Amino acid sequence: MTLSRDTLRGWGFAAPALLWTLAFFVVPFVVMGAMSLATMEGRTLIWGLHLDNYAALAQKKYLWRAIIVSLEITLTVTVVSVLLAYPLAWIIAFRVPKRWQRLVLLLSILPFWTSYVVRSYAWLLVLAREGVVNKAMIWLGMIAEPVTLANTRFATVTGFVHFFVMLLVLTIYANLIQLPPNYRRAAMDLGASAFQTFRHVILPLTLPGIMTGAFLTFVLCIGDYITPQILGGNTELTVPQVIMVQLGRRADFPLAAALALVLMGIVTLAYLAFARWLRLDRI
Amino acid sequence: MRVLSVAYLIAAFVFIYLPVGALVLFSFQSGSLPVPPFDGPSLQWYAAILSDGDLMRALLHSLLVALCSSAVAVSLGFGAAYGLARHALPGSALVRGLLIAPMTVSYLIIGLGLLIVVQRLGLGLSLVTAGVGHVVINLPLCFAIIYASMGAQQQNAERAARDLGADEARVVLLITVPMLMPAIAAAFFLSVTLSWDEFIISFLLTRFDVTLPVEIWSMLRSGLSPELNAIGSLVFLVSVAIVVLLETTLLKGRK
Amino acid sequence: MTASVTVEGVNHWFGSYRALRDISLAIGAGEYVTLLGPSGCGKTTLLSVLGGFLMPDQGRVLIGSRDMSRVAPARRPTTTVFQDYALFPHMSLRDNVGFGLRMAGQGRRLRHARADEMLALVGLGAAASKRPHELSGGQRQRVALARALAVRPEVLLLDEPLGALDLKLRRSMQDELKAIQREVGTTFVHVTHDQEEAMAIADRIVVMNAGRIEDQGPPARIYRQPASLFAAGFMGEMNRIPAHETAGVVTCAFGAVPRPAPASGPLVLTLRPEAIRIGQASVDRLHIGPARVRDAAFFGTHVRAHLVPQAAPDMVLVAHLPPDHLPGPDDVLDLVAETGDLGLFAEP
Repeated sequence: MTLSRDTLRGWGFAAPALLWTLAFFVVPFVVMGAMSLATMEGRTLIWGLHLDNYAALAQKKYLWRAIIVSLEITLTVTVVSVLLAYPLAWIIAFRVPKRWQRLVLLLSILPFWTSYVVRSYAWLLVLAREGVVNKAMIWLGMIAEPVTLANTRFATVTGFVHFFVMLLVLTIYANLIQLPPNYRRAAMDLGASAFQTFRHVILPLTLPGIMTGAFLTFVLCIGDYITPQILGGNTELTVPQVIMVQLGRRADFPLAAALALVLMGIVTLAYLAFARWLRLDRI
Repeated sequence: MRVLSVAYLIAAFVFIYLPVGALVLFSFQSGSLPVPPFDGPSLQWYAAILSDGDLMRALLHSLLVALCSSAVAVSLGFGAAYGLARHALPGSALVRGLLIAPMTVSYLIIGLGLLIVVQRLGLGLSLVTAGVGHVVINLPLCFAIIYASMGAQQQNAERAARDLGADEARVVLLITVPMLMPAIAAAFFLSVTLSWDEFIISFLLTRFDVTLPVEIWSMLRSGLSPELNAIGSLVFLVSVAIVVLLETTLLKGRK
Repeated sequence: MTASVTVEGVNHWFGSYRALRDISLAIGAGEYVTLLGPSGCGKTTLLSVLGGFLMPDQGRVLIGSRDMSRVAPARRPTTTVFQDYALFPHMSLRDNVGFGLRMAGQGRRLRHARADEMLALVGLGAAASKRPHELSGGQRQRVALARALAVRPEVLLLDEPLGALDLKLRRSMQDELKAIQREVGTTFVHVTHDQEEAMAIADRIVVMNAGRIEDQGPPARIYRQPASLFAAGFMGEMNRIPAHETAGVVTCAFGAVPRPAPASGPLVLTLRPEAIRIGQASVDRLHIGPARVRDAAFFGTHVRAHLVPQAAPDMVLVAHLPPDHLPGPDDVLDLVAETGDLGLFAEP
């Protein structure tokens, strides 16, 4: 194959982006892989082909726990977010009058643009012992003493769900609205009840969109550090939190790198599980 | 609309707006704890953040990093999109895959990889290293958005321009870029919003000069404070203003 | 299964726009009726009212003798063939066609048998396990028809069912639709804006305009003796000749017209291109007189000519003349028209 002028020119345009990705993404990734096989002796780093870090994952309970906690939180968040977001997207798409839809949609995702750190902090305000929810429940006579809501797994899940409900409403709404309206009419015309229409027509047709949104939720949730760190307290740690502990206090880069690769492994497994529904090219 | 729908909609909006509402309301608190009862309104905490040198410097840094890294990401993304969409390149599917790949990896891992390399090379951490990281995460987005909008319509216009004697540079500058302006602008603003708000990469890759989310994070360690509410509300307001502006002007013609 | 349809005094508004005005219509059991009109005339709105997708602000809809005005689409003995077909893309053709029976709780074996039977009826018996996206437009149209007929509706509603097909396919599907209707005997109500399509298949055409029924009747009657100027113009090409009523006598540029005046004041005389003939004046003919040929072209079944009559030099008539002779430009022909072919309406 000869390189035509056209091909050379094409490479010329693409080269800067390609080099940037190679230098600042692929190379660091390879170095991180190598780092995960290194080991620490005291404060010095020993390169080599050690499997200490991966062995530690199997042996040390707190590392195991972190993986379990991360998975539990992520799965809960994904399922709850989809279950809450779908009806909301449905109502906006099919119950809100056409001319209000854009406004209602915009309003329902506006807090999405709150700063990422600030959003978790805001939930802390709401869930604190002296916070809005406790004060409101006491005022309503539902409880006598403030209950602990912040610094729990409940708070972490709430913070996550809040964020992902907004993300999913957007993706599911986009899916629902692109269905030709005659699908619903045709189903009803042929005798289907509202539930049958949903079960046999709308749900199967929106499943790829739901699964894409759910996968996105899974990936973003399991890799997040801020939300569990601010809202979850210190009783249980997620994988990203453990990684940050290794980087900070202990400066154990090899273990951090190994944990990061494990996290990627989990995401890859999730991708394979979701793969039959995913249309990532359509994001 | 049936009663149940309205009830669900209201409940959802309460949930969605509860934290933002509490954030904004207690930024006008007069006491020093941002919890009920509300005893404002007072603007003292806004005055406090505006006179807080560290915070204002961090805000400026965030803006700087966001604008510069987005400009780089959009330029690189446009180049790659143009090169791949307009020239038959061997292995272009692989190249596209490689360019999109960072989108599938969590920010924490990208930051960690860069941190390890920077430390191995003995380089210092600064706003520049954070900016480099932000380009890595925003480049796939910019590339994907611009690549997706490169249709046959532009290609025909480019052919016509070439036919009329324009060289490659003029084709790009006079035809392609103006025709793709909506996509380029959307990519740029999305990139700015993401970079402006990004925490973990900035946290790992900066040291003395930090960005706003990192500064807010360090303020947060000393507990709840109306000052945090004030800066949070301010950042929210700016973001909303940008979104509303985009919605009403730039994106209006795209429907 | 088949049933009559009765529409009584239906009115409907979209905001302040009156989409249907005092619509009353009786359709016999087993009749093939087309609703014909330009876009925005209310024909699709009326079909939605029949199907139950739209509750009219006023009036009643009866199917057989049951009042269906407030009954949901699912509970009506009607089914619809949608303009975009609305085939479910995630189901095979068999599952699409069997969908209505499945919703009615019929077992798999019976509904598959019925689906296969319906697919065979529309000539797609061998494609039952295909998906809609594997089909051509014409084939999708047939599946939509089979799906709507599978539940044995009493009335089938078709919303521009042939609109998305190219002309040739449309003509052959018309014949097929008519044949299928004869076979199943169901009442068909078919919306279209194509008057040739309407004439080809309908037992009766209902011409609509601006939310109103302008005319209804068998195709030949509507074409030859339309009840309104709008119906006349919509059913095909038409020469419009200004006329006037004075003292009970109608006159135009070509002399007196032996017809009673429908109104006083300015009138319009309508004349189909094929009603203009070369010939001699007589009592029951309107004598247009000598006319100069501006141009003429051969169309196979006829010669289409633009003619300037000497009695009205600023008028251009379109005529379809016998194909055996192609006149040249500036030839002069002596033209007449049978009075029975003339239409006479008040100037709108």
